[in-house]
Amino acid sequence: MIWRNTHHRYGTVQLTLHWLTALMVAILIPLGLWMTGLDYYDPWYRKAPDLHRSIGVLLTGLLVLRLYWRISQLQPDPAGGAAWQRTAAIATHRLLYLVPFLSAISGYLISTADGRSVDVFGWFEIPATLTGIERQEDIAGDIHFALAMLLLGLVVTHVTAALHHHFVMRDGLLWRMFPFRNQEAQKGEN
Amino acid sequence: MNRLQSALTSLVLLMPMSTTVGAADYVIDTKGAHAFIQFSIKHLGYSWLVGRFNTFSGEFSYEEKKPEAARVSVTIDTASIDSNHAERDKHLRDEEFLDVDRFPEARFVSTSYRDLGDNRGELEGELTLHGVTRPITIAVTHIGAGQDPWGGYRRGFEGRVTLALADYGIKRNLGPASKEVNLWLGIEGIRNKPKGTKKP
Repeated sequence: MIWRNTHHRYGTVQLTLHWLTALMVAILIPLGLWMTGLDYYDPWYRKAPDLHRSIGVLLTGLLVLRLYWRISQLQPDPAGGAAWQRTAAIATHRLLYLVPFLSAISGYLISTADGRSVDVFGWFEIPATLTGIERQEDIAGDIHFALAMLLLGLVVTHVTAALHHHFVMRDGLLWRMFPFRNQEAQKGEN
Repeated sequence: MNRLQSALTSLVLLMPMSTTVGAADYVIDTKGAHAFIQFSIKHLGYSWLVGRFNTFSGEFSYEEKKPEAARVSVTIDTASIDSNHAERDKHLRDEEFLDVDRFPEARFVSTSYRDLGDNRGELEGELTLHGVTRPITIAVTHIGAGQDPWGGYRRGFEGRVTLALADYGIKRNLGPASKEVNLWLGIEGIRNKPKGTKKP
C-alpha cells in the first residue's frame, strides 16, 4: 500500500479522503432534499435533519484535511486532453474543493442563526458565531440550496469527465483513484 | 398635461378630507413597542407554542362618546414572524405556511364595532392572510386611556380571535390539535396632535 501520491497515481490517503467525501456528498444532497419535504408526523422529521447536520460537520473537518493534503503533497501528472479540457478540469477540481466548504458554512449559518449550536451525533457541539442578521436563516438557506445544486452539477461534470477518460479516451486515468488494478493502471499510462 | 392637472387637483381636494377625521386618530405605538401581535398554537396537543410578528403598523380611531364609530387598520409584515427558533421561522415563512415571498403582507381592516358595555366590544373586519380575505370578529377589551408622562395621549385595547389555518389556505398538517391558531393583540395608540400644532 502506498500512502502518498506518486506521479502515476493517488496514494491511499488522498484516495480515502476522496471516496469518503464522495460518500458523504452522496448522502447529504439527497438527504437534504428529502428531509425538507417530510410530514410533521414522519418518524424521520427530526432524525433526518440531525443526521444531515452531523454528517455536514464531519464533512467540513474532512474537507480541511483534504485541502491540507492536496496542497502539501505531490499530485499525479495532469491527464491528457485538449487545452480547454485541462482548463475545465482544473476549474472543476478547484470548485469541487471550494463549493462544499461554502455549502457547509451556509448550512451552519441556517441552524445557528438564532444562536443555537449544532449538535454532532450527540458527541460534541459546534457553537454559533455569526448570528442575528435580518432573516439570516432564509438568506443562508437560499445560498445553501443554490450551492448544493451547483455541487450536484460539478459532480455530474466530474463523473462524466472521468467516464470519458475511461471509455472514450481509454487512458486508464480512472484507476488512479481506485485501490486495486495497479498493474493495469501502470500499463494504461505507459 | 390636462390629466395630470386634474389628478393633482383631485389630490389637493382630497387632502383636507383625510385630515379632518384625524382629530381622534391614534397611531399604534410600534416604534416604542407598546403593541404586540402574538399567536399561540397547540404543539401535538401537549403544550402551547407561542410566537409573534415583530413588524407591523396601524392606526385606529375611537371616541368614547360614539364607540360604534371606531375603526382600525393594521398591516403586518409576515416575514417578521418570530417563534424564537430560526429553523422553525424559516419553515413558517416558506410555501407550506405563510409563503411570505408571495404574500409579504397580512392586513386587517375593520368594518364595524359593537360596544357591549363594561369596556367590552366586538370588532368586525376583514382579515387578509396568505392571500385569502375573510371576515373575522375580534373580541375587544378597552383597557384604558389618558395622558402619558411625556406630553402625549394614549389609549389601549386588547383583542382575541381564533383562526382556522385551513380557512386561509394553509394546508400543512400539524395534527388534529393544531388546526387553529389564537391571536392575542395588545394595541396601544398615541393620539395624533390636534391640527395646527407641530408633531414632536
